[in-house]
Amino acid sequence: MSDVQKEPSMVKQKDMIADHFRKLSRAKEDGRKVVYTFVPGNLTELIANFDMLPVLPEINALQSGMRGKSKEYIAEAEKHGHSEDVCTYVKCDYGMLKKGNVGPTGEKLPEPDMLLLSYTGCFTFMKWFEILREEYKCPVAMLHVPYQGEGEITKEMREYIVAQIRDDVIPMMEKISGNKFDEDKLKAALRRSAAAEDDLVWTLESAKHRPSPIDAYFGGVYYIGPIFSSFRGSSDAVEYYRMLREEVKGRIDRGEGPITPDGPMREEKYRLVVEGPPNWTSFRQFWKMFHEEGAVVVASSYTKVGGVYDQGFRHNPDAPLETLADYCSGCYTNLNLPQRIELLSKYVTEYEADGFMINSIKSCNSFSAGQLHILREVQDRTGVAGGFIESDLVDPRYFSAANIKNRLESYLQMIDAKRKELIAVH
Amino acid sequence: MEHACDCERGASGDSSCADSGSEVSEIVRRCEELYDDLDLGYVKKWKEEHRSKAIGFLPIYVPRELIHAAGMLPVGIMGAGDSLEIIRGDAYYQSYICHLPRSVIELGLSGRLDCIDGFLFPSICDVIRNLSGMWMSLFGGKYVKYLDLPQNLAPALGGKFYRHELTRIRADFERISGREITDDRLRKSIRTYNQNSRLVRDLFRIRSETPELAPASEVHLLMRAGNVLSVEDHSSLLMEYISATMKTKRKKMDNARIVLHGAFCEQPPLGLLRSLENAGCDIVDDDLVLVNRWIKDPVSTSGDPMDALVDAYLHHSVANASKYIADDEKGRELIETCRSKRVEGVIFAAPSFCDPSLLELPMLQDALDRAGIEHTNFRYSEDMGQFHSIREQAGTFADSIKLWS
Repeated sequence: MSDVQKEPSMVKQKDMIADHFRKLSRAKEDGRKVVYTFVPGNLTELIANFDMLPVLPEINALQSGMRGKSKEYIAEAEKHGHSEDVCTYVKCDYGMLKKGNVGPTGEKLPEPDMLLLSYTGCFTFMKWFEILREEYKCPVAMLHVPYQGEGEITKEMREYIVAQIRDDVIPMMEKISGNKFDEDKLKAALRRSAAAEDDLVWTLESAKHRPSPIDAYFGGVYYIGPIFSSFRGSSDAVEYYRMLREEVKGRIDRGEGPITPDGPMREEKYRLVVEGPPNWTSFRQFWKMFHEEGAVVVASSYTKVGGVYDQGFRHNPDAPLETLADYCSGCYTNLNLPQRIELLSKYVTEYEADGFMINSIKSCNSFSAGQLHILREVQDRTGVAGGFIESDLVDPRYFSAANIKNRLESYLQMIDAKRKELIAVH
Repeated sequence: MEHACDCERGASGDSSCADSGSEVSEIVRRCEELYDDLDLGYVKKWKEEHRSKAIGFLPIYVPRELIHAAGMLPVGIMGAGDSLEIIRGDAYYQSYICHLPRSVIELGLSGRLDCIDGFLFPSICDVIRNLSGMWMSLFGGKYVKYLDLPQNLAPALGGKFYRHELTRIRADFERISGREITDDRLRKSIRTYNQNSRLVRDLFRIRSETPELAPASEVHLLMRAGNVLSVEDHSSLLMEYISATMKTKRKKMDNARIVLHGAFCEQPPLGLLRSLENAGCDIVDDDLVLVNRWIKDPVSTSGDPMDALVDAYLHHSVANASKYIADDEKGRELIETCRSKRVEGVIFAAPSFCDPSLLELPMLQDALDRAGIEHTNFRYSEDMGQFHSIREQAGTFADSIKLWS
């Protein structure tokens, strides 16, 4: 396997993550409080407002998956009575906790001083933090974010979320951190968030070029890293996205395709839209199956789980709590199924995709329940045939490379056959 | 249908007991007919007779009082059990999604739910949530509402939000039914449902005190009947059953006193409940068909009726895996039930791939371990046909309780 080609933004992101984990490892001695929370609906700017440090258990789980540790952690959780049917992120995180809570950098993660249960778009989040509450016996702030059942964020939904942030979350953060809420500081952070969001959207939309300079799924998960996790609202995030934008612009100017772990992609043969999270245990192998065939993902839903910025949302410093409420409500898995179908169909059209593919995750009902319906609806609306593969987030038992490769190759052959038919007609 | 009474008719000369036994059998037979009728004959007849409409709802809880106050019939939809071959429903769901949504889709696509004029999908899990969106796409002409029940139970926060949700569906029901829901009508409906809940609680008390008089399989059929029948008809049915079964003399068995827990959404097949009973378990409590027990105490009939419904949800609803409880010890309510009903063991029964039930399980198991209460667990599907291994497991569990507990 060749060495990954590192661009400056990649190095920057790596340094940011390393620095964050260094801070976490020193949190207790530095007297900094630690908040565990989730990616969708995360209130990173607010956590930073109190000089607290966020830990995102989903990210720990996916990194455990990439580091080959998840199998052992899941086995540990199942030994403690967790069912084989449920979310493997939860089991991986729980197993990691039981095995000493050593994070991705090899250092022990600090225990939480507070669990911020941002209950957005995923029922499992609630049970996950109930499980952690049993273990850590620490305070929990429940932030119930209503679902967009009717495809909109209503005034009452917004008011409910704002009231919870104002009356529950902020007072608890003040009490735990010992710091007062500083609205001006929050506004400044939100201004930086919006600047970074502009550059993220520019980057994601660069995939409309031919060839696409990015892979918006496999590469996209790296691009969303800082903004979906601990760094939104920071100067580092602004700088990272500025660097990323410049690099991608350079690739467009030079007519280059995406950079993959095996070097620059040579030829763009298929443009795909992908729905669903990736598999993490065999991430590079999974990506390779695509880029070896010349398949580039031009848009994906997974890169919207932490915010659907490309549909216009930006954090608004002039209405700080309201904008946090809208952010929480607007994450992809908080959209109803008709909205998801509409968005995916729009991607197929706007990004001129040849195909639409679903990677259905065995243990994620939030994404997976209804995906076969989504597949049919997107096909009907766009006329683009859909493909369907199945894997899991971090349980290696459910990643069957041969099956996935077979299905992908057959699917791409079908796209070829359709192209030939089209040429014959014309 | 077996005779519900164990006295020897004629030999004992106790004719009233024999009559009651056949009365119970007759009631159970009627319930079984309703249970098997996936075409919802009762609903169609009710609509015709009342020239009104029916609103379906998915598990676990919706405030049926609002539907009733609009003069409409609330209909609980809990899947198709083991009596419907799934043909189209499977094309909508991967093998790793629970069974209930595929059978509900099958019911919808086969026209069996055509008599339902609107649907409520309460916020209990991601599968039911996403099903609400599918329903909008597939059955566009029908009223579909995702009912976001509050997870923040502070009155000024979740309470305010929930009241707004209820105000919206109240207006929707007025529009659909063409009938104004006045506060007086709503209070009257609350009274009607309070009476029904009282009867249900009476039945569950009888079941706990004398399980041989109210076996789990019979109680389940009675509760399932409540999903379809009007609340008035259901209350009459409960009164009939209670009166009849109290007169029977059924043999008390030396069974283990069991709570069945975790089966609040997709329901186990009736055969499975009977297998558990045959394996030596007296199921003295359960969380099947929770809608009529979700609110533990009578809802207030004075003051603002909407406030009363909100207060009932916030302060008087059961602990359940689908609901976040902020400041309570996990499993406390289950342990209290076990203690108050002299329960000897808990059987956790979760539908396969049911997130709420399965994620809750390890926490409840730990709580029971700390309380010294025996437990076992299995998974099921509403359409499973083989109960042999579960019967063996339950039998071993019951035996171990009787021998060593």
